[in-house]
Amino acid sequence: MKNIVVRFCGDSGDGMQLTGNMFAQLAAEMGHEISTLPDFPAEIRAPQGTLGGVSAFQVELGSEVYTSGDKADVVVAMNAAALKVCALGSHFNHPQAHFDEEFSLFHKHAVVIVDTDSLTDKDLEKAQYHTDNPFTELGLPESVQIVPVALTTLTKEALKESGMDNKSVLKCRNMFALGLIYWLFDEPMEKAIHLLEEKFKKKPALVAPNTKVMVDGYNYGQNLALNVNQIHLSPALSHGEGASSLGGDGRETFTSIAGNKATAWGLIAAAEKAGKKLFLGSYPITPATDILHELAARKDMNVMAVQAEDEIAGVCTAIGAAFAGDLACTSTSGPGLSLKSEAIGLAVMAELPLVVIDVQRGGPSTGLPTKTEQTDLLQALYGRNGECPAVVIAASSSANCFDFAYEACRIALENMTPVILLTDTYLANGTALWRIPKLAELPAITPQSVPEELKGHYNPALRDERGVRYWAYPGMEGYEHRNIGLERDATKGTISTNPENHEQMVLARKKKIEQIANSIPELNVINGKAQGTKDILLVGWGSTEGHLHAAANEIGCDLAHFNYICPLPKNTREVLSQYKRIIVCELNTGQFAAYLRAQFPELKIEQYNEIQGQPFAVERIVKFVQQN
Amino acid sequence: MEASQFKSDQYVRFCPGCGDHAICMALQKAMAQIGIAPHEVAVISGIGCSSRMPHYLNTYGFNTIHGRGGAIATGVKTSHPELTVWQMSGDGDCLAIGGNHFIHEIRRNVDLNVCMFNNRIYGLTKGQYSPTSPKGFVSKSSPFGTVERPFVPAQLVLGAGGTFFARTLDVDMPTTVDCLVAAQQHKGCSIVECLVNCVIFNNGTHAWIADREQRAEHSIILKHGEKMIFGANKDKGLAVEIDPQTFVPKIVVVPADDPRVLTHDATQTDPTLHRLLALMGQDRYLEAYPQDLPEGKGDLPVALGVIRNVEAETYNDAVNQQIAEVREKAKAKTFDELTATLEQWTM
Repeated sequence: MKNIVVRFCGDSGDGMQLTGNMFAQLAAEMGHEISTLPDFPAEIRAPQGTLGGVSAFQVELGSEVYTSGDKADVVVAMNAAALKVCALGSHFNHPQAHFDEEFSLFHKHAVVIVDTDSLTDKDLEKAQYHTDNPFTELGLPESVQIVPVALTTLTKEALKESGMDNKSVLKCRNMFALGLIYWLFDEPMEKAIHLLEEKFKKKPALVAPNTKVMVDGYNYGQNLALNVNQIHLSPALSHGEGASSLGGDGRETFTSIAGNKATAWGLIAAAEKAGKKLFLGSYPITPATDILHELAARKDMNVMAVQAEDEIAGVCTAIGAAFAGDLACTSTSGPGLSLKSEAIGLAVMAELPLVVIDVQRGGPSTGLPTKTEQTDLLQALYGRNGECPAVVIAASSSANCFDFAYEACRIALENMTPVILLTDTYLANGTALWRIPKLAELPAITPQSVPEELKGHYNPALRDERGVRYWAYPGMEGYEHRNIGLERDATKGTISTNPENHEQMVLARKKKIEQIANSIPELNVINGKAQGTKDILLVGWGSTEGHLHAAANEIGCDLAHFNYICPLPKNTREVLSQYKRIIVCELNTGQFAAYLRAQFPELKIEQYNEIQGQPFAVERIVKFVQQN
Repeated sequence: MEASQFKSDQYVRFCPGCGDHAICMALQKAMAQIGIAPHEVAVISGIGCSSRMPHYLNTYGFNTIHGRGGAIATGVKTSHPELTVWQMSGDGDCLAIGGNHFIHEIRRNVDLNVCMFNNRIYGLTKGQYSPTSPKGFVSKSSPFGTVERPFVPAQLVLGAGGTFFARTLDVDMPTTVDCLVAAQQHKGCSIVECLVNCVIFNNGTHAWIADREQRAEHSIILKHGEKMIFGANKDKGLAVEIDPQTFVPKIVVVPADDPRVLTHDATQTDPTLHRLLALMGQDRYLEAYPQDLPEGKGDLPVALGVIRNVEAETYNDAVNQQIAEVREKAKAKTFDELTATLEQWTM
């Protein structure tokens, strides 16, 4: 069997994120590619057992894993509400809804493990069932393999001699389910136990009971020979065999990493490479907060992380640090980007390096804080007063959040400009296999500086041959100057309201951004199965790369996926104009399509959009392209 | 050092007669007296007349956006504590649009020297009322008089846990220089409220204490360790009385030779007395121009000089110290060492 999708779902207090993460990590360690999707409610603890409180974690594992999967093949449902939400998908709130594979979160041949102890009348009532038979009521077809397991009873049994109180015992239910899944996938228990010990390193008292429950779960599967077949996946990468062009001995080291952590580490690597101090000014906001958490914890790496009093202060403290010569960053989500707009304009005007990370979520306003969307693109490109160009780039996998965070820093420091890095909930919370790089192999970063001969004659309007202004900062003797958010004189650097000067400066700032196209990679077309034909081109940007890649493979067409958005790669027109059909697919109403139409008015651009707060489903893209 | 070393080549564009001219000169004098080289000094401002100040100082300067000077200065000082960082701001920039950053830089006790120019008006936008304009104040945006209660800046500073508060007057150069030097010497967030006259839109707003004939009677210059004596003939002193019914303490004027006359202790950590002193005469500003108030209100002199000057840990020191401590013990200090700590496998 090639790839498989597993979905853990339960109450938000059931530990589904932990369970899912542990499973995904073990799978990755066993050589499978992984891509994960945590899917949880905005409330930390919605009322227990209710539909609104269902928290889920989905992982696709196997080889050539592009996405976290459209629908699950294996489901663990910890209670009645989780079963309902998972079976009915987006229709779970419709009073008469029945299982419909189009909307369900699992396939009609899925294996569904259900905790039968959590299907009491009270549980069913809380989950708004109207009868006492949830399976019939949900209209699950016979092809769905229901595996009823008395998870709660079995967990209590496993821990009856532990002396633990009932509440603590019940918290271990998820480990029984995990053990069962480990059996299903025939994973080695020694590694699983080691991983569990690692996870509970800070709570050693919990290691023994959780291990006991997990092993009991595994044995339960083995001994009772549950009426399902074990699943054997062929690993994507086998231990010790990987061919590498980079590693000296042909072996490479991997870990699994979440997008936000990868982003934070990209900044750390860039600061060290550039020889700059890393400064983060940030304010907590879902789903970007983990970047702040990670960098606040990295004082060992000399990271200065300031939790500011608001979003504006987050970016402004960073601008202060940039003025003082640091690699300065701010992390946020859409609403925060709105609040930071004016200050980003200041960094554009003052021509200071600044990295702004926008982990997009569903909008507008507070919108869908925990869901994914690509709706901040136009805000990133244009959402500032005046003619205010900034660089916009986007990561396209949880792992390459590292590369594009690094790249954002490189572009900012070398070109004295704000760079907005777009990621989103899907990338931020999802995990993927990451090949751990060495600092030495990462691209060089040469921060803009100032020539010695300008000492005593420096002003902040002086530029190099690329049109990038020289960077001097406090502490440097002989380069004292006044920087401003007001328009400055193109030669003297002082305040100017001269009409021609203003136009000249607007164009100089624009040109500075445009010339960055000279130092970014060209657009590469990812060939689908039908190489050479120039019929259909799927176009995407950011987090949808995996889904579009899978869709292009299925359709047999090509994919042009963008990480560099402003400026665009230099060969963009050349690439796009070779195709008869250009279909821009994005999780908004067509923002990138509109941007491309504005840049290339001669091209006919079609679009496919979803705005449901969820990642694309590959099958829907395929269906759209084939039917239109 | 000489004051001229801190003068930039820019023509000073404050209106003729504006109080900001005097503060600008006082700043150049104070910086020379402090003796820190211009390249070690960063002056950050927001927007407003007073925020033009960095252009006239030959240090590093950054004239930013409205209200955000405090946050930007916090970034500069936190990441580079070795720099001397000043913030230039006004009553609108600091107390209205930048109010949040203002209270938080004070709460965190970032080692900044903040000059808050209070002319009780928006000058650069041509004459709207500000958060310190008295209630009933008629301006272009309050043609029938404001209905808002104004801020007393000192109260906000002390409420936010301020460790340093001084008040000075544009026409009193020696006190201004003293306050600015003391602000720089104080480790922590130093707020200097500079009472300045806006000759165009709010002329005479501080006349109650700025007029030469009245100043000695209507104000007192507090000096640490000195008795609180004022008056044209130095015949008045300040003492504290506690109301026997309500137990509320209040400042009263007594003869200068009264044994109850207080000696100023700016370093007292308890802010109770500092608050009473800082609020003296401020009731005159809450409802109208001071000179228009009836007798019996605001009989206490307005306190000038350094009112509060206490030591407390600064944010910038604490942050940098924490980083140093963590790094001291850390096994991984570089990116490659950090990635080596990851749960990882070789393939």
